[in-house]
Amino acid sequence: MSVPQTAILPGRGGAAGTAADLFWRNPKVLLALLLIPPLLWLGIIYLGSLFALLAQSFFSIDEFSGLVKYELTLKTYRELLNPANLDIIARTVLMAAAVTIAAAIVAFPVAYYAARYARGRWKALFYLGIMLPLWSSYLVKVYAWKLILAKEGILNWVFEKLHLTWLLEAYLSAPVIGGNSLSVSYTGTFLVFLYVWLPFMILPVQAALERVPGNLVEASADLGATPAQTFRNVLLPLAMPGVVAGSIFTFSLTLGDYIIPQIIGSSRLFIGQAVYAHQGTAGNIPLAAAFTVVPVVIMGFYLWGAKRLGAFNAL
Amino acid sequence: MQTAVLFSRVSRHFGNVRAVDEVDLDVAEGEFFAMLGPSGSGKTTCLRLIAGFEQPTAGHIEIFGQTAEGVPPYRRNVNTVFQDYALFPHLSVLDNVAYGLMIRGVGKRERLQEAETALELVRLPGYGDRRPSQLSGGQRQRVALARALVNKPKVLLLDEPLGALDLKLREQMQEELKALQRSLGITFIFVTHDQGEALSMADRVAVFNDGRIMQVGTPQDIYQRPRSRFVADFVGASNVLPPDFSGSRNWASLRPEAIRLVSSDGRPARVLSRNYLGGQTRLSLEAGGQRLNMLAASGDDLPADGANVRIDWSPDDLHLMEDGE
Repeated sequence: MSVPQTAILPGRGGAAGTAADLFWRNPKVLLALLLIPPLLWLGIIYLGSLFALLAQSFFSIDEFSGLVKYELTLKTYRELLNPANLDIIARTVLMAAAVTIAAAIVAFPVAYYAARYARGRWKALFYLGIMLPLWSSYLVKVYAWKLILAKEGILNWVFEKLHLTWLLEAYLSAPVIGGNSLSVSYTGTFLVFLYVWLPFMILPVQAALERVPGNLVEASADLGATPAQTFRNVLLPLAMPGVVAGSIFTFSLTLGDYIIPQIIGSSRLFIGQAVYAHQGTAGNIPLAAAFTVVPVVIMGFYLWGAKRLGAFNAL
Repeated sequence: MQTAVLFSRVSRHFGNVRAVDEVDLDVAEGEFFAMLGPSGSGKTTCLRLIAGFEQPTAGHIEIFGQTAEGVPPYRRNVNTVFQDYALFPHLSVLDNVAYGLMIRGVGKRERLQEAETALELVRLPGYGDRRPSQLSGGQRQRVALARALVNKPKVLLLDEPLGALDLKLREQMQEELKALQRSLGITFIFVTHDQGEALSMADRVAVFNDGRIMQVGTPQDIYQRPRSRFVADFVGASNVLPPDFSGSRNWASLRPEAIRLVSSDGRPARVLSRNYLGGQTRLSLEAGGQRLNMLAASGDDLPADGANVRIDWSPDDLHLMEDGE
């Protein structure tokens, strides 16, 4: 290729060349072309189906025929708020909150190490360690946990070898959190939820901590803050958007899950299981839809509360 | 006068790298002390050793007579103005300034009042409600200064405090820093790679190279009587002359402004190029195989490029260096 001689080069020609010039002059055309397909997907298929679902919750079921009556009514919501169903909601929300808090506590040191200290190969190892469990099937992982937690499982065996069976039994005899074995207790459900959703907490917290300049920690120490004070006054506020982002995952995923509590835990229902039961065997689509509205509403309040508490101030 | 900071044979090694190598240093109370050197010369590591962010590999550090090794930064009554200011982005300017007081448990009303006073001291009254991101570089610099000074530290450390500012603002801040230091009487130790800044602001200057201190002295000492070729070279672009040129046993330094153009006698030289600097013009000369820089008052009668001239200097201006092998 020869070196061009003129100051202004001729057009490249062809469709690609013409398009390149056109897009350069009208960048918005390119933006529109890029955005329209995903927006159609998001608007129609994604949100559309969600609104169809919401609409279902305002219909009701005819008690005699078992068919859905397509009239707008709040009857289904009245049914949703009966004591048995409120029990299910409360149980699920408490579990989601417990899982979220525990995930944040476990994730923070891991994320902090990865963001501050891990370099090169150790960082790659960190990502591998966090992501590896996500590459295997969710169902297999949950069943693996059932084997770990079962009465004949490895955990019981370890306790036995350590002569600590009495400790485990004392724990299992506690009300609510206990049970016949870990695999049929709320503790078991909690542990498996925590295991399965933990990566979704670690990654956003790590990303948030990575953006905190190291010299802010030094500046805080320089101004007299002990490591604990620095954590409370600098690290935590700056990592908060990451913690909130992670908690949105752990909280909402726990609210909606129906497989883990079915395989591991007491037979008492969670929201996901209630949805599954009502849309399946019971054929009560409106009530199932009303149940799915609950996590959406709870998440809405959650985000509103987080914003009011200033969780996003550092964004 | 008491010694504010004392280093005796302090080393800080990172693996094989000797960032600071057997440094002896003493800074007097109330002194404005500059650590000058090229990047990687160990001056910032020395500052971090005083702040407590680094611990010495060997040697002994005292701050106001008290041993500093093993003492964490938060137990040192020493504050730092960081190079890029390190203001907390999630706090308002006022809360940034009040941070140290808040940590020490000073009540809210009192600490905000003191923070406002500190903001007035750095001539930013009423800026407390803003976020650091809403301030210009010069304003952030002042906030960082206020945030450190509000704690009334025994020693204030400044890490290239003016590096990110433009020339005019830098000169203004130099004046202000000097005035502040005089009025507060706090020991200031500041790190810079800018010899002009070090010479104009400091009471004493330590010149660093390769983790060692090459020379400590008043700006006049350092400038007029450099002890080694490195110091002569680094501080003020001196001409460094080999023994055979100066006609003595040692290497010598000759300030550019000490060279005069003369009409007779002197040494023959040739003008290689001219650099107009405003009030002065720098002439690049070649004399007897040696390149020389000279500064002359700008004027119409300066010789043209390539002209043959004669130059001279007074023997007093030729400074022989002790450490000039």
